[in-house]
Amino acid sequence: MTLNMGPQHPSTHGVLRVALELDGETVLAARPIMGYLHTGMEKQAEYKTYTQSIPQTDRMDYLAPMSNNLAFCLAVEKLVGIEPPPRVQAIRVLLTELTRVAAHCVWLGTHALDIGAMTVFFYCFREREKILAMYDQVCGARLTASYFRVGGLASDIPAGLLERARKFVDEMPAHIDEYEALLTKNPIWLARTKGVAPLSARDAIALGATGPMLRGSGVKWDLRKAQPYSGYDTYDFEIPVGASGDAFDRYQVRVEEMRQATRIADQAIRRVEEIGPGDYRLRDYKYVLPPKEEVKTSMEALIHHFKIVAHGFFPPKGEAYHAIEAPKGELGFYFVSDGTPRPWRMKVRSPSFVNLQSLSTMVHGRLVADVITAIGSLDIVLGEIDR
Amino acid sequence: MTALAPERVAERLRERFPAVAFRRQAGEAVRDFTLHVPAESLVEVCAFLRDDPELDFAMLSWIAGVDWLPREPRFEVVYGLLSLSRAFRLNLKVQVGEENPRVPTVTGVWPTADWHERETWDFYGIEFTGHSDLRRILLPEDWVGWPLRKDSPLGYEEVAFTHNTPQRVKPAPRLTKLKPRKVRYRAQ
Amino acid sequence: MTEKKIENPFRTLAQPAREAPPAPDLVVPRTEQDAFREELERGVLFTTVESMVNWSRANSIWPLGFGLACCAIEMMATLGPGYDLSRFGAEVMRPSPRQADLMIVAGRVSLKMAPVVRLLYDQMPDPKWVIAMGACASCGGVFNNYAIVQGVDKIVPVDVYVPGCPPRPEALIHGIMKLQEKILSSRIELGPAPRPRRKKGAA
Repeated sequence: MTLNMGPQHPSTHGVLRVALELDGETVLAARPIMGYLHTGMEKQAEYKTYTQSIPQTDRMDYLAPMSNNLAFCLAVEKLVGIEPPPRVQAIRVLLTELTRVAAHCVWLGTHALDIGAMTVFFYCFREREKILAMYDQVCGARLTASYFRVGGLASDIPAGLLERARKFVDEMPAHIDEYEALLTKNPIWLARTKGVAPLSARDAIALGATGPMLRGSGVKWDLRKAQPYSGYDTYDFEIPVGASGDAFDRYQVRVEEMRQATRIADQAIRRVEEIGPGDYRLRDYKYVLPPKEEVKTSMEALIHHFKIVAHGFFPPKGEAYHAIEAPKGELGFYFVSDGTPRPWRMKVRSPSFVNLQSLSTMVHGRLVADVITAIGSLDIVLGEIDR
Repeated sequence: MTALAPERVAERLRERFPAVAFRRQAGEAVRDFTLHVPAESLVEVCAFLRDDPELDFAMLSWIAGVDWLPREPRFEVVYGLLSLSRAFRLNLKVQVGEENPRVPTVTGVWPTADWHERETWDFYGIEFTGHSDLRRILLPEDWVGWPLRKDSPLGYEEVAFTHNTPQRVKPAPRLTKLKPRKVRYRAQ
Repeated sequence: MTEKKIENPFRTLAQPAREAPPAPDLVVPRTEQDAFREELERGVLFTTVESMVNWSRANSIWPLGFGLACCAIEMMATLGPGYDLSRFGAEVMRPSPRQADLMIVAGRVSLKMAPVVRLLYDQMPDPKWVIAMGACASCGGVFNNYAIVQGVDKIVPVDVYVPGCPPRPEALIHGIMKLQEKILSSRIELGPAPRPRRKKGAA
């Protein structure tokens, strides 16, 4: 029997359609059908300058918008050959780690909601509201931030952000303990997730899974440690690795990642405070907007400002691929530039797109209810899959 | 393990495949180590890269198509390979022309290539010979055309403003006759 | 310019309470009948069927769980603890269109999804309303290209447009309150639907 889990479904985390081949309650194959949110972002990026494409990236993995911004900006910075100052890198790390916590909060809330634990949803969204308030303070928008720019940030962090972040980082571990108290030793949770939707390490690598999917299966691979970017090699944190690759292991990996992200955010706050006030953009006027004071006093800065705003900056002809460890996995951007302000090709390597391929392997021979658990533990975002 | 040098990768490949013409992509801003591979030897090269214990490119990260329209050959398929144990990335490029855009599939080497190749087929129309199920993945099944090719339009729809839809604009109200509309709230 | 002292109509604790009005001279004894009539009047509401129906419809709108993209996350946040939507009657989000009154199209509608949106709208029983949440649902938003329908009102009739990218939860609540106003001021029709009149002599 073929059962259609349609694009409109309470548990499909977006508009995903899964065609389930069933034999009674046993799943023979689960074929995901995507494209219901296809937005043509890669085509549209060819018609916009690099800076104009940054808001598009927010809408890809909309649970972790600053993460996508970071991946985009780092890839363009690699292409152009610039690196922002240490203060900017620390602020970026702080906001990206808070984004990781927010994304995992939504994941945990919706995953638990699918399985039946409604309380966790409300607890997680309560924490997320605090992070969204910080986003609001820093750039004006709760969800779609577009705060990072090539070579720096859109504007300096306002006064009060660091205090708010410090307060959040101090109280978050207690909240994570709350979530664990509700779920980790809960017999219902264990029955629904232990041994369910297993993915072996060999399968995970062969299917290209990255992020908590790969780490839950026992492979210790995290881009923040293996190919560090934005100063991550100077922070002190651990990579949680699971043992058997089932849904419970992935849950534990992500909860531990939330803790480690809070730890990194703490160190990042300290670093920003140590460095003190300073530039929020690189002073390379060929590619980055100069500060407004200089635009009003220096002729050269004025001309650069005009050129960058009116035309966009001209990166060298070439190509670059850069990947970061997003909350979902390896998020990479591949740019091909032909010397003009608009990219010739922008390719997004989205983690959810590749992770979703392993759905069929994970639920083969299992029951229908396990499909819901499997989709939940994949942590997919359709905006990213369909772009 | 020590870090892998790009030259070592090229050396190993030339040792193993002396007949294949590898070409390194040159350019000041080509930031990744990129090798051009002819389409016929693609699958062999990929299998070697995956199985060789020194190189160990166990994961295929991504496949992208690129359309260089005025240039011949028109299309390029870029494979992003990742070696987990050596923490090294390698880009392989295959160039195909417009009349017969065909590349052998690498799903036998890395099963993850399945959906990447379907996406490249969907966007560019590049056929991957040997693929078990090559059909559209992101666009509707009955879509005609290859949207990411440079000669396909963006599909921009003209937004209706007052300056370009004169007949739809209501005449400006005469202020003398204007009365505020009364909203009646019932119940409550 | 003379300054007119405007008396503060709101009594504060600083000001003394106004004196109680003087007791009337004539005291009419309440009979049992009077007491009964008072009681009855206190428990009885005089209104029209239309107001009652509109009031109940407006205050118990059950939305269909139809989140497409980023606006869906803000919709979830609106249902969450910070900006509780249950206060406005949206107690449950029904997953099935047959049990929902309101379709909040939250997110961008791609061409592949358009027939699905229409199918869901057709499956909803009357009375039904549609809120286009966000810029993408209202007019195509940021994405003006081959893949996105430029506004969901090309597919389904929309009652309220909520702009924003994504709209804040307060904005969505404002949109729902506007919809409640719209429902409260709408007319209902009782009885069978009017049959189209056939013209005499026409084919």
